[in-house]
Amino acid sequence: MAVVGKAVKRKEDPRLITGEARYLEDINIPGMTHIAILRSPHAHANIVSINTEAAAAVPGVVGVYTGQDFMDVNPLPCPWPAGGVENNLNTPRALEVEKVTHVGAGVAVVVAEDRATAQDAVELIDVEWEVLPAVTDAEEATFEGAPQLHENAPNNVCMEWDCGDQEGADAALASSDVVVKQRLRNQRLIPTPMETRGCIAQHEPVNGEYTIWMTSQAPHVHRLLFTAFIFGVPENKVRVISPQIGGGFGAKIFMYPEYVLTTALSKKVGRPVKWVETRSENYIATTHGRDHVTDVEVGANRDGTITALKVKTFANLGGILSTVAPGIPTTLYGRMLSGAYQFPNIYCHVTGVYTNTGMVDAYRGAGRPEATYVVERAVDLVASELSMDPVEVRRKNFVPSDAFPFEPNNNLLNGLSYDSGDYDKALDMALEMTGYEDFRAEQAAARAEGRYLGIGFSTYIEICGIAPSAWMFGEGWGAALWESANVRMHITGDVVVTTGSQSHGQGHETSVAQLVADELGVSMDQVHVQHSDTLGTPFGYGTYGSRSTAVGGVAVWRSLQRIKEKARAIAAHEFEADIEDVEYVVNEEGVGSVQVKGAPDKSKVVGEFMGIATSAAGGWSLPGDMEPFLDETSYYDPPDCTYPFGTHICIVEVDAETGNVDIKRYIAVDDVGKVINPMIVDGQVHGGIAQGVAQALWEGAQYDENGQLVSGSLMDYAIPRADLLPSFELGRTETPTPNNPLGVKGAGETGTIAATPAVVNAVVDALSHLDVRHIDMPLTPSRVWETIKSHSNGGNS
Amino acid sequence: MWPAEFDYARPSSVAEALQLLADNEDAKLLAGGHSLLPAMKLRLNEAPLLIDISRIEGLGSISNNGSLTIGALCTHADIAASADVQASCSALATATGMVGDQQVRNWGTLGGNVAHADPASDPPTVLVAFNANINIEGASGGRSVAAADFFIDLFTVDLEPGEIITSIEIPAHPHEGCAYVKMPHPASRYAVVGICVVLHKDGDSCSGAHVAVGGATVRAMRSPGAEAALRGSSLDDAALDAAAAALKDDIANDLIGDMSFPEAYRQEMAGVYLKRAVRAAGG
Repeated sequence: MAVVGKAVKRKEDPRLITGEARYLEDINIPGMTHIAILRSPHAHANIVSINTEAAAAVPGVVGVYTGQDFMDVNPLPCPWPAGGVENNLNTPRALEVEKVTHVGAGVAVVVAEDRATAQDAVELIDVEWEVLPAVTDAEEATFEGAPQLHENAPNNVCMEWDCGDQEGADAALASSDVVVKQRLRNQRLIPTPMETRGCIAQHEPVNGEYTIWMTSQAPHVHRLLFTAFIFGVPENKVRVISPQIGGGFGAKIFMYPEYVLTTALSKKVGRPVKWVETRSENYIATTHGRDHVTDVEVGANRDGTITALKVKTFANLGGILSTVAPGIPTTLYGRMLSGAYQFPNIYCHVTGVYTNTGMVDAYRGAGRPEATYVVERAVDLVASELSMDPVEVRRKNFVPSDAFPFEPNNNLLNGLSYDSGDYDKALDMALEMTGYEDFRAEQAAARAEGRYLGIGFSTYIEICGIAPSAWMFGEGWGAALWESANVRMHITGDVVVTTGSQSHGQGHETSVAQLVADELGVSMDQVHVQHSDTLGTPFGYGTYGSRSTAVGGVAVWRSLQRIKEKARAIAAHEFEADIEDVEYVVNEEGVGSVQVKGAPDKSKVVGEFMGIATSAAGGWSLPGDMEPFLDETSYYDPPDCTYPFGTHICIVEVDAETGNVDIKRYIAVDDVGKVINPMIVDGQVHGGIAQGVAQALWEGAQYDENGQLVSGSLMDYAIPRADLLPSFELGRTETPTPNNPLGVKGAGETGTIAATPAVVNAVVDALSHLDVRHIDMPLTPSRVWETIKSHSNGGNS
Repeated sequence: MWPAEFDYARPSSVAEALQLLADNEDAKLLAGGHSLLPAMKLRLNEAPLLIDISRIEGLGSISNNGSLTIGALCTHADIAASADVQASCSALATATGMVGDQQVRNWGTLGGNVAHADPASDPPTVLVAFNANINIEGASGGRSVAAADFFIDLFTVDLEPGEIITSIEIPAHPHEGCAYVKMPHPASRYAVVGICVVLHKDGDSCSGAHVAVGGATVRAMRSPGAEAALRGSSLDDAALDAAAAALKDDIANDLIGDMSFPEAYRQEMAGVYLKRAVRAAGG
């Protein structure tokens, strides 16, 4: 019985829901020491001197160190500068030595017998600071006279990057019937995974090997960065283990100073060292996401045809660069600005800016939510300007279903093309589920009673399965992005899959097992998916960009084909038949066997003890010079990315008296290509919508003028809660991608990409009768109320 | 989240706790621990000695003999579920049922809550509206302070070092309707503004009202202006508008705000929520 496409319960859930899973905090090693890090309380300051004497004297303290003690360790690398342009790179060291550019930068560390002692001692370290003026807004940081953060970055500019056709866009805007201009703020978000970061490092002096347990979404990449870039040692000297991970949302992709510090300390003190981040540290020292200020100009003709989109964005990169910070607001943002539409002219200019704020890097969606927000707001602004139905404007500009593969204009995607799609179909389904015609009548009736109902659309697309290595290399990425997988059938017939990708909530152990079970004809229980330990898994670039199935899953599939081929060859040899006459068959019960065509007695099950897998492992009777074992490793580097799409519709009621936004309904039709496990996809969509809605309504990192993070705890920073959300109404269309043999596109980020503009568009629609065109996020009650008040003349509300 | 080192004592009587307080300067009382311990873990607060009063007998019950007496160690969950509270002061059951989440309500105590005096906490607003008295024991004996006087300012109350709150007493206060309503902060769920209204009615007209506000202000406080506007009215829209305007005037000098919910917004919302509270109380 086939399991692909079925809502199979997750194999990993029993250990998760019974509390048996081992997270980093659960791991303790004999002789282990603990550290506490002294972090800068200032957003911008020079370090004049550091006195560690009092801390070192505390009983139980093993050692106290400053940045000077780690000058033999390289600064962290930035392997993804913006492509094709000059980048003024500044990256962190294990501990900062001369100056700090954001609150939370580490400057000293205490190693102690226990965590509480380390914390007591760290408070005794005396730092003399020369406090400097701070700047937190990306645009203001480029102004004349702004505080300068780095010598190599005049006006705090890290890089300027553009894509599309500036002249074409300008000319088209000049000749358009209407041009709408709007400034859009995509506010800074704090990823907030349930588990904060942590690291345990152990060094073995006898062979110089490090074992590093760390909260990693990409253990092989972390090993690569440790070995080739930071410590200058070969790969076999570092083993990275990513244990059970409690969510990441992108923030656990990166190399961080604390990981380097913990690892370097394990050698220095000659004992294992453990570091686990507090939530307060997480908010100031783990990466944030988004933080764009964008001026958008969109031109259109009276019939709703959009003629040009011109975008100028200041992207806040924080005080110092995280691992792939410049790549996110450039390649993953600018190249997405055609959305689901065939805009004839597009131009995007991005200025990446240093400010005295926490590091900014990929957060769920990573550049694509920012792009989708610009595009979907721009389409609504056009509809509003022309007094047209936003649905009609969307349909008018959609890439038609017969235009695929579609290459966005002005070489926006730098040689790639949208793979497949039927944008009208997803929109039709969502409108049908919503009852759109009825809604407009309901809205009018409500307005007559002074109730503000609104509907918002987001007909998004996204880039998933981030890969083609050669393309990404051209975009500035300093490595590759293929994936690999090894599949072995053991003597008992059980299958072990090892993969270089990583699972921190995505359910790979289940979805990969479903693929294997169907392809080989074994039961789900017989498939064991192993990941997250660089010892014993093939190299992979990790889990982000909704790529584990679309890239990693295809590597698994390729190994499975090779295993089936070899099983047929072994069976042909055993049955003394021609290999062309031997078939690999999976029957209705899901049992896979190899059999000679037309000879039912010449058949052997593959995945059972004494089946073909056993023949292969035993090696007693193999054809010619065939090697024993069904054991195949494959690498997969796709020809293009994948391009999921869909329509999200949000219905809100705005409380006219308070400005509070209540989400009445949320309808989402997503097309993520072929679906392996609909329950897992639903779960990804649900979580993504919650985070996307939260950006629209609640979340937002706030800094004061001195660069202090005001929203520094969960008492102030509002993450989404179940009781603030309606029951989501999900639908799906299924348009397979031709870019990989599985037809899968990727589902991890659709929610955050699609939801945010749907909600904002709904609130603006609810207030459109007051002539409200835009409100910046988050749409807090006070901000919405202020907008209502400033737009209500003559007691209109 | 590692507090500075502290000593710990667990007295079994109020007298013993008072002695420990007298003998240990800067010692702090620990009841439910849901305000003090987070602050200590963040090292925003520290104490050489924590005196854990949570197991002192006799401070954890609710009794009703005319007036309602709630032991200082009663948890929010106890109070929210109490039939006596629901019968004679349902707004307090509502407010305690809105504190934090279920785990917090299972640990946090009313005595600790009022001693901490977070301006955005829910119960103080109801206690002020109902003319509750805070009963306090000290080395020199007991005293009782009206809630309206007890809450002085942000996190500041009329409680001397060396004193312990033993109970909160709500005098009998027959009324035709009462309600506590709030706008919760989306992150903390504390009140951005919280309003408690107690209504006395004579037929369709309002013969008297108590109105208290919290969340928007530095402390839970009554609004004499709003009460006067409601008294004698038929609680029609005009009366409610007048009451809302009076309330906004009354709190004008005591507002608090932050980047998400500025003072002016909270002031306006106090008026909006006053009207909602009156309607919820059956007005």
